[in-house]
Amino acid sequence: METLIALIPGLPLFSFLILVLFGGKLSRRVAGWIGAGSIGIVAVLTLVVGIHLISALPGLKSYSVIVWHWMHAGNLNADIAFSLDSLSLVFCFVITFVGFLIHVYSIGFMAKDEGFTRFFAYMNLFVSSMLILVLSDNILLMYLGWEGVGVCSYLLIGFWYKEPANGTAARKAFIITRIGDTAMIIGIFILFVSFGTFNIQELMHLASAKWAVGSSIAVITAYLLLGGALGKSAQLPLQTWLPDAMAGPSPVSALIHAATMVTAGVYLIARTNILFSLAPIVQGVIAVIGALTLLIAGFSALAQHDLKRILAYSTISQIGYMFLALGVGAYSAAVFHFMMHAFFKALLFLAAGVVILVLNEEHDIFKMGGLRKKMPVVFWTFLTGSASLSALPLVTAGFYSKDAILWFAYSSNSGGVVLWLAGIVGAFLTALYSFRMIFITFFGEAKTEPTFRAGKLMTVPLIILAVLSVIGGFIELPASMGSVHLFSDLVNNTLPGVGIKDVENREWLFQIISALIALSGIYLAYRFYFKKPAYMESFKHSRLNHFFETGFGFDKVYDTVIVKPAVWLAEIDKKDIFDQLNISIARLTLLGNRLISLTENGKLRWYILSFAIGIALILTFMITK
Amino acid sequence: MLTVPVETQIVFAGILFLLGLIGLLVRRNLVFMLMSIEIMFNSAGLVFIIAARQWNQPDGQVMFIFILAVTAVEVAIGLALILQVYHHFKTLDVDAINKLRDEK
Repeated sequence: METLIALIPGLPLFSFLILVLFGGKLSRRVAGWIGAGSIGIVAVLTLVVGIHLISALPGLKSYSVIVWHWMHAGNLNADIAFSLDSLSLVFCFVITFVGFLIHVYSIGFMAKDEGFTRFFAYMNLFVSSMLILVLSDNILLMYLGWEGVGVCSYLLIGFWYKEPANGTAARKAFIITRIGDTAMIIGIFILFVSFGTFNIQELMHLASAKWAVGSSIAVITAYLLLGGALGKSAQLPLQTWLPDAMAGPSPVSALIHAATMVTAGVYLIARTNILFSLAPIVQGVIAVIGALTLLIAGFSALAQHDLKRILAYSTISQIGYMFLALGVGAYSAAVFHFMMHAFFKALLFLAAGVVILVLNEEHDIFKMGGLRKKMPVVFWTFLTGSASLSALPLVTAGFYSKDAILWFAYSSNSGGVVLWLAGIVGAFLTALYSFRMIFITFFGEAKTEPTFRAGKLMTVPLIILAVLSVIGGFIELPASMGSVHLFSDLVNNTLPGVGIKDVENREWLFQIISALIALSGIYLAYRFYFKKPAYMESFKHSRLNHFFETGFGFDKVYDTVIVKPAVWLAEIDKKDIFDQLNISIARLTLLGNRLISLTENGKLRWYILSFAIGIALILTFMITK
Repeated sequence: MLTVPVETQIVFAGILFLLGLIGLLVRRNLVFMLMSIEIMFNSAGLVFIIAARQWNQPDGQVMFIFILAVTAVEVAIGLALILQVYHHFKTLDVDAINKLRDEK
């Protein structure tokens, strides 16, 4: 059983190597099935290992395996070692299973792309890195996976590299997440210097034993790790890279920028929750950041006209919910929402990918419309995904996961009315922008004709994901309706349970409020974007709309405050004295070249004369000496 | 037998060499330039002969045979090149043939 765990990240790495080394010789068919097949096998492996682990719980907490010793120097020990517990199992399951569906979809989606094998190679490398990230039992190997997914994200955002804008988006994503990563590695250094080990379990054990609650070193370390999580998960103030990251192909947006990589921050905080419990102030900051992010991103999503950018802002907003849950200590609710979000957001991105593909790369929702009849499968799956995203009561998975977060935002020890209000306003916004998307894209009159029908390879994953985003929620039902706790029982083997304030348990009241809010959001979307689009037409050109559309102007602020001064400094630095020295050497050489090439004038007799004069000079010199 | 002093012989060879060099410099016609080069070769050969006679060594004469062979080859190649140049440029003016220079 233990060796199987090593195969989980190993197999995608192996297929990546095959695709990279022999990709040129393989036909597209074979390359596609190697790429998707390896993920499929890993999904089955995860299922087998997972069933074994679940049946061994709670007696056995985790399976661990040391593959080989990575480095041993003094007291610095780091191994390539994996450990699977219930938290990593949930992440592995989502990565491999959703990843497999997205890979299968990609075979259809990328069929005509010239970079087909390259695409699957990168995707396999990504899955492997992501699995290393969640399975690693020491924080250094986790950082390797963390950077690995960053590189793959960079490679895949800039996948269509012939367009310079895509390269810019890729660099932006890489550099901004790098800001967070730098904070994170400093945090890792502090942990190592303090405790002399990289093993996460030991680290957490030692931290809780040696560091006092609220001590400054614990707070600083928690802040530094939070920095890494904020960068990767596109939370305030490092959220600006994610909307631009939509330059990549749609399956990439679905897998990396919705389902898996961007939730690495959630995983990191959940994994090191003991450290964060030592720094209650940082936990409060996480909750506030989550609440602010979900509101800002929700408003921004409302004003976008690019289908994928709406989904990007929606992703930021939903991860904001997860951070809100992490901040109030509701770890299992955060992980539950991560899983449901992975299902419905991957579904939405894949469906959006189909829409964009068959409309010949049309991203603007105002140029779509009337697609309901033209592509029924995509419409119904997209509708399911949107319903789940906007937490349509009772029938969708999104309702159960978001409701749990909202309830804990109010009722947990560190929760409160303000956090709950932010969450409920966010829920309203979510319903509004989701159904705005639906009404504008799929209803009304047709503006662009689809060019072809999507094949089975693309529609079947959509249907499976649609089913999951409905029934996925039934594994965890709140106390007021059935009280099923399969999911939280599983992850609470690893994560601490949430501490509830001593309040009257009125969870049903909160559920009714959030249900009404979601329904009213949908109704308002129906009124404003379907019945009377004229209302919104006037709003479209207002200054507020522009403010929302640019994501609250964060890009502009960063550009003037950070980018421009940095460029200005670099400009000055370019002309400093040392550079002048080097430049003058180059200039001098060039001048010499000019002078000598003047003598090369193409006149043969002139050359002979120079010979003769030269010989005469040499002879004179030799004779007179 | 009238003996000419060796200095006079060398000076004669030198004059011959200078004549060739001046011819090479003032002539613009490729055929004449080739002929001037021949004269310079011969002046060099003459110096070998003079040296061979001065020290009674046959090496100089052997060397002259070599020079003859080399000039024969050189003339053959040179004339072939001149023919090609004439085909290509329809002229034998050496100043007109300057396509390989550094363009500015």
